[in-house]
Amino acid sequence: MKLITAIVKPFVLEDVKGALEQIGVLGMTVSEVQGYGRQKGHTEVYRGAEYTVDFVPKVRLDVVVADDDAADVVDVIVKSAATGQIGDGKVWSTPVDELVRVRTGERGPDAL
Amino acid sequence: MHVDAGDTAWVLGSAALVLFMTPGLALFYGGMVRSKHVLAMMVQNLGTIAVVSVVWTLLAYSLAFGPDAGGGFIGTLHLAGLAHPSAQVPGFNLTVPPLAFATFQMMFAVITAALLTGTGADRMRFDGFLVFASIWVLVVYAPIAHWVFSPEGWLFKRGVLDFAGGNVVEIDSGASALALALVLGRRRGWPRDVMAPHSLPLTVLGAGILWFGWFGFNAGSALAANGAAAQAMVSTQLAACTGLLGWLVVERWRTGHATTLGAASGAVAGLVAITPAAGYVNAMAALLIGLLGGITGVLAVAVKFRFRYDDSLDVVGVHGACGVVGTLLLGVLAMHGAGAHLLGEQALAVIVTIAWAFTLTYLIATAVQRTVGLRVSPEVEVEGLDTAIHAESAYDLGNVRAGRMG
Repeated sequence: MKLITAIVKPFVLEDVKGALEQIGVLGMTVSEVQGYGRQKGHTEVYRGAEYTVDFVPKVRLDVVVADDDAADVVDVIVKSAATGQIGDGKVWSTPVDELVRVRTGERGPDAL
Repeated sequence: MHVDAGDTAWVLGSAALVLFMTPGLALFYGGMVRSKHVLAMMVQNLGTIAVVSVVWTLLAYSLAFGPDAGGGFIGTLHLAGLAHPSAQVPGFNLTVPPLAFATFQMMFAVITAALLTGTGADRMRFDGFLVFASIWVLVVYAPIAHWVFSPEGWLFKRGVLDFAGGNVVEIDSGASALALALVLGRRRGWPRDVMAPHSLPLTVLGAGILWFGWFGFNAGSALAANGAAAQAMVSTQLAACTGLLGWLVVERWRTGHATTLGAASGAVAGLVAITPAAGYVNAMAALLIGLLGGITGVLAVAVKFRFRYDDSLDVVGVHGACGVVGTLLLGVLAMHGAGAHLLGEQALAVIVTIAWAFTLTYLIATAVQRTVGLRVSPEVEVEGLDTAIHAESAYDLGNVRAGRMG
């Protein structure tokens, strides 16, 4: 199993979610995060004092999938999240040793 | 004494309008601090209403407006506890009940002390501030009110004009704020760390309430429902508008952006500048005073970065600087008596008010700091005053919370 983690622009979330549902991904966890990469933040001004706000709001998706599906899932996320503009984000995958469905106690790929 | 029903209704209503300014100030300032300190700011303002109203009734009203004790410096305790409520207020020829006047002036003392919460934002103790504010009203506010507002005061007798508190409220609070900022010291991380306002919508609401209340503050200071009140009413509106515009134009020129906080601040700066002049100038002069107030404010709030004193929410820059500008401009723009002589008297009042307020506030704040304590510990400042002092959070946005104890 693989944990696919994607950091994407907040407004592409619905597109990514729809594309993943189409290829049979049954669940995901989403969180609001902040960070920066090549895209820098913005400047804010309060009573003449300028602040550089480095961290840009992003959405993080976490999905655990079977090993065979991982490459497809990564491709689908990249395709549906891309705008071509700076700040589109990153997608990466990590091996997962153990997975348990809390309700039934099923383990491994059965718990997906 | 003759009591006029119309005058009385206006002064009573104005007292309520001026009271409303302090909760407005709580919102204005509360929006400007970080979210972990917002409740502390608000409860300091509510607490100020309570302690200052009590101290005013017990002693401060009499020190300010009681019969002069000699030299026009301070009133006696003849009116302590709001005694002798049916006798004319010494020196005045009021057509409203003295208790209406005492209550109206009570709200001025409240808002002036409350302004000082802005300079101590994010690092001031609640208990220490209330002790400070109680002493401050007696030692700083009441004498200055006596000098300028009481017809028996020495500055009043010299011909100093202050329609609604340019000296007594604005310069007084500005100079006191500078002293308080110096005694408290800078916030941890200032000016390096980002200390951006956490909710400008609250600040805009607060500015709106201040603007609204300021009609009672200025037009109520006519102490009658008459032409001077109408003059003050229109002056107040016009100066708020040109103050807002003046601040935004300079801000846009200097930073490239006209900001929401700038609009709210500019309106307040214009209102501060017109306060001493409201009933004494015509509409064209009010437009000019407000404009120069707004321009002064936006330039003055930058000074603290140069001299490195942490006047956190710009009480010195907005109330002090714009109060001075309005008080001096009145010397040359007053409808009656403008000229070099009046300008000289206004300048004298400015200097004396700054010297008294700064010096005495410095001493009071230092004394409170060394006894009760005025600044919180570094741990409390970092955690946030809301949870550390008051055991509350302003915003419960998540649902992952601890369970109930006991």
